[in-house]
Amino acid sequence: MLATLARDFRAAAPAVDFCALRYVDEESERLTVRQDVAEPPQLSRDRGAMVTVIDKGGLGYAATSDLSPAGLKDALARAQRFAQLTGGRSVVDYSTIAMPRPEGVYGPRAAAGARSASRREKYDLLAAETRACRIDDRIVDWEASLWTTTSRQAYFTADGATVEQEFHYVVPNMSATAYHDGETQTRTHAGRYNGFCRQGGLEILDEFGFKGSGRTVAEGALELLAAPNCPSGKMDVLLMPDQMMLQIHESIGHPLELDRILGDERNFAGTSFVTLDMFGAYRYGSELLDVSYDPTRPEQFASYGWDDDGLVAEKQYLIRKGILERPMGGAISQARAGMAGVASTRACSWNRAPIDRMANLNVEAGSSSLDAMIASIDLGVMMRTNTSWSIDDSRNKFQFGCEWGRMIRNGRLAEVVKNPNYRGVSATFWRSLAAVGDASTFEVMGTPYCGKGEPSQVVRCGHASPACRFTGVDVFGGAA
Amino acid sequence: MRDYFHDLARHVDTLAQTGEVILSWLVAEESDFIRFNRSAVRQATAVRQIHWTLTLIARNRRFDTRVSLAGNLAADRAVLGALLHELRQGIDDVPEDPFLLYDTGAATTAHDGAGALPDAALVLDEVLGAAKGLDLVGLYAGGPIYRGHASTLGARHWHAVRNFDFSWCLYHDRDKAVKSSYAGSTWEGREFASRMQFAREQLALLGETPRTLAPGGYRAYIAPAAMTEILGMLSWAGFGLKSRRTKQSGLIRMAEQDARLSPLVTLTENTREGVACGFQGEGFTRPPSVSLIERGVLAAPLVSPRSAREYDVPTNGANGDETPESLDLGSGSLAREDALKALGTGLYIGNLWYLNFSDRSACRVTGMTRFASFWVEGGKIRAPLNVMRFDDTAYRLLGENLESLTCERDLIVDDNSYGERSTDSMRTPGALLKELALTL
Repeated sequence: MLATLARDFRAAAPAVDFCALRYVDEESERLTVRQDVAEPPQLSRDRGAMVTVIDKGGLGYAATSDLSPAGLKDALARAQRFAQLTGGRSVVDYSTIAMPRPEGVYGPRAAAGARSASRREKYDLLAAETRACRIDDRIVDWEASLWTTTSRQAYFTADGATVEQEFHYVVPNMSATAYHDGETQTRTHAGRYNGFCRQGGLEILDEFGFKGSGRTVAEGALELLAAPNCPSGKMDVLLMPDQMMLQIHESIGHPLELDRILGDERNFAGTSFVTLDMFGAYRYGSELLDVSYDPTRPEQFASYGWDDDGLVAEKQYLIRKGILERPMGGAISQARAGMAGVASTRACSWNRAPIDRMANLNVEAGSSSLDAMIASIDLGVMMRTNTSWSIDDSRNKFQFGCEWGRMIRNGRLAEVVKNPNYRGVSATFWRSLAAVGDASTFEVMGTPYCGKGEPSQVVRCGHASPACRFTGVDVFGGAA
Repeated sequence: MRDYFHDLARHVDTLAQTGEVILSWLVAEESDFIRFNRSAVRQATAVRQIHWTLTLIARNRRFDTRVSLAGNLAADRAVLGALLHELRQGIDDVPEDPFLLYDTGAATTAHDGAGALPDAALVLDEVLGAAKGLDLVGLYAGGPIYRGHASTLGARHWHAVRNFDFSWCLYHDRDKAVKSSYAGSTWEGREFASRMQFAREQLALLGETPRTLAPGGYRAYIAPAAMTEILGMLSWAGFGLKSRRTKQSGLIRMAEQDARLSPLVTLTENTREGVACGFQGEGFTRPPSVSLIERGVLAAPLVSPRSAREYDVPTNGANGDETPESLDLGSGSLAREDALKALGTGLYIGNLWYLNFSDRSACRVTGMTRFASFWVEGGKIRAPLNVMRFDDTAYRLLGENLESLTCERDLIVDDNSYGERSTDSMRTPGALLKELALTL
């Protein structure tokens, strides 16, 4: 099928400065069991192509789900017209940019050893966990779900470059909600918005401890219902990986997207407090902070071989020893900015043009054990599992909240607290990084839901991180 | 597209076997997306997409699959036929559904909105011409949007709108900008020029030295565009029956403990005057309006067919998420031209950004000011504001601290296009608050 598509595309491609086709064929299945009742399965088969035409300085895209020769020809004509209309009126002379000519194949992680199951087996697995949630009348809702996706993608240039990539994504989720006297508390297995997500097969459920998670989240929701509000004040926070991923995402990832820095996103997702002149010298965080764009972990959610403009994906440090080194931006943004970036030009599907996105953005492990970090805190809160996130349009002033907190007093873990929130400023927060957890605290996580772009796009991101300790943070709890 | 939809629906009718009901749901559009940055074009994209969800119902089981179609009748008939075969093969592996509910009628409705949409060349000429010498960034999205529902029991519902939405900012510097929008079915060059002129005038106000505020309570006027963000938070699982019964609604204290908003607040799901279609995926049509909050008191929930069956109440045609699509906040008595005078000294907030719950049970919401927000003294705009964070409960914002709502209201079309262009909209006045709590 791909050979036919490539042949038909190349036969129809116009004589222009650059022409490419990106094909996406994605099949997904979402299964949910809520309150012990299986909900109808939701399946999707989404297939189509986006063609790119660059000519005489202009750039045009056209998307179509009609992959016949006539459909491709029509899409190419529409893209070519947009290239003609925008030549000489674009943010850059696109014809001057050397677009990549990639070649190769990227295969799924551990395809041979990946575990699978029938739909009925999956429903049984989910039902077993939801049954385990029925431990108390105050548990008012509970739900288990499993979302699996296979994505086959190809990228062809008219002059012969060819890439084929295949991905298998697994996103489990488990949650329970408890209620009493006007107060609702929800506990999830790594987040309402699916922090446990990876590439591979159903072995991922074991990696994330899905079995037994039903009872755990139900007990967790009841524990929160009985807990006092998180106290207010300046104190240390010890952020576990399922909150670190959000902290990385919002206050390192988005500010370092090169298209934001270049202004493309100012009408919607926002700008950045980071400017081009800061790369190479700006102290983003303490000397303990090493942040990488890392597409090389095959299990991580946004690993791939090439980005959607065909740039080869290689590990790069964005921040090393706290100093800002490079942004996240692909071939076009790098040319516009005159600066090296990473292979992170990505589209959510065939019907959207690629833009600069996060992919796998990780904080590298340090040398502190969890016990040592706890012991080093006189007054602080350990926080797990993001539940609230808000940050300004320059990605600077933020306020984040977690499902679960536990006080640390005089170097020891103390009582559990509910509604732990904290606020700060990206430009200074990372400089308060006082300890970075070792490999034993490190977890590979991610999110299926990173929203950005005009038109709007949701893409998958991976975030791996150890637990980290920050000092002098403004902490507070729920409403009185 | 309407003929294509009816032709494929008739074909699906011929495929149904005894004991089966098949529902069809079409979501399609032909869109031009033109992104601008720094008064030049960043990306121009033409998208044609057709998605068809086929739902097979048999033996009290339900199985849904959504596929992309080419728009070619012969090819797409074959795709749907093969898909139906797969659904039949798999449906007995699907557990029975005790909450299955779909419309069993054979009603027919149709709405075909007319429009005179501009060619992309005209949009480029007018926008780039008006943006000369300015720093304009924005998105033009335009073209027809289609929704269709069909069932093998004979129901046919069709909804087509032909509209555009141009959303743009004129930037002064860094994060200081004026946000504007122009949406409609017919592009009028004179109307666009008028909106650009208004934006230019506001841009001049951003040249003053910005004011940085200390955290604390301030009087505030919340403009309609900013109000949509607050109302959006109430809509996020706030009005659905499921969220109410499972105690996850942000308005749970209204539902369980008789908490109230100001009597000035009347909220309605106003399908009659919205842009969204008047039917939903299981084929139920929506009433012209549903009262959600009546003079500050929680009223009817939005009830999807699934919740209707689960909780044994009638559906009111809500979508599966039970979120409003045409939310309407009733007007007040303050003339908009008097809003700054009534504010006196305080904040004019043109836009809010990135709201989230900081305590959902208490409906406490945090978010940021954005774009053209100003410090006002003596009823006059004095200086732009540096962005500030607020953190306050809906019970204070729209309750004890709500002083008045404006007489005039804006219809604000949702410009999100995740997967497809949204047809959601809100109609809201501006709001004058006695106090807004700023925290950072």
